[in-house]
Amino acid sequence: MPDLTAKKKRPLWYNLSPLNLPLPGLVSILHRVSGVVLFLGLIAFLYLLDLSLASESGYAQAAGLLRAPIAKLLVIASIWALLHHMCAGIRHLFLDVDIGTSLHTARRSAFAVFIASLALTASIAVRIW
Amino acid sequence: MVNRIIVGAHYGLKDWLAQRITALLMIGYTVIFLVVWPRPMSYAGWKALFAQGWMRFATFLLVASVLIHAWIGMRNVWMDYVKHTGLRLALEVATILWLVGCAGWAMQILWRI
Repeated sequence: MPDLTAKKKRPLWYNLSPLNLPLPGLVSILHRVSGVVLFLGLIAFLYLLDLSLASESGYAQAAGLLRAPIAKLLVIASIWALLHHMCAGIRHLFLDVDIGTSLHTARRSAFAVFIASLALTASIAVRIW
Repeated sequence: MVNRIIVGAHYGLKDWLAQRITALLMIGYTVIFLVVWPRPMSYAGWKALFAQGWMRFATFLLVASVLIHAWIGMRNVWMDYVKHTGLRLALEVATILWLVGCAGWAMQILWRI
């Protein structure tokens, strides 16, 4: 049995830059990035929910805020973050129960996550612009 | 330096499971929301939606799920990138306080209607 507590001499720094980041890796890091974006966006989401449910004039004010081009861009970015996070998360749930764990399938599902979240974001973006 | 035997102590299993269960709850809420959200959008329809008891119940579960899910995710991010123990502790505490505060705010928004 290997001694798990043994002190081994390990390199302290790995130079990862010569390696390519494969598509599933890109989906993975974007899963994390989109999660942090959603965490940071929580305050804006709550602010708008608060305003829109407070009163008739608050609702109109929230709708007015969302009509500004910069707000629309932020909304579209948030929708992408949500959709990417959700699609990548669903893929993760399948991987957790051993579905699609072969290299070939995992690459294809990572590609599907990209395409699905970008296509859905684009279709919503066209409607709200 | 890892100087423990990393088997048999359920390290992180509960968090791992909570992450997945809350994810499923949030997916379920999204599906329900897409079905019931008012079309065309209006203040009356929007308010009526969140005034219903079951919608508040579902939204409360969503808020609780976001709280737990975001906590585990952000804690993982802090653990991966912030090596200074004191700073990491401060960020983790700030994350918890922020998320609990947001959950309280969400409850106040819903039950004020």
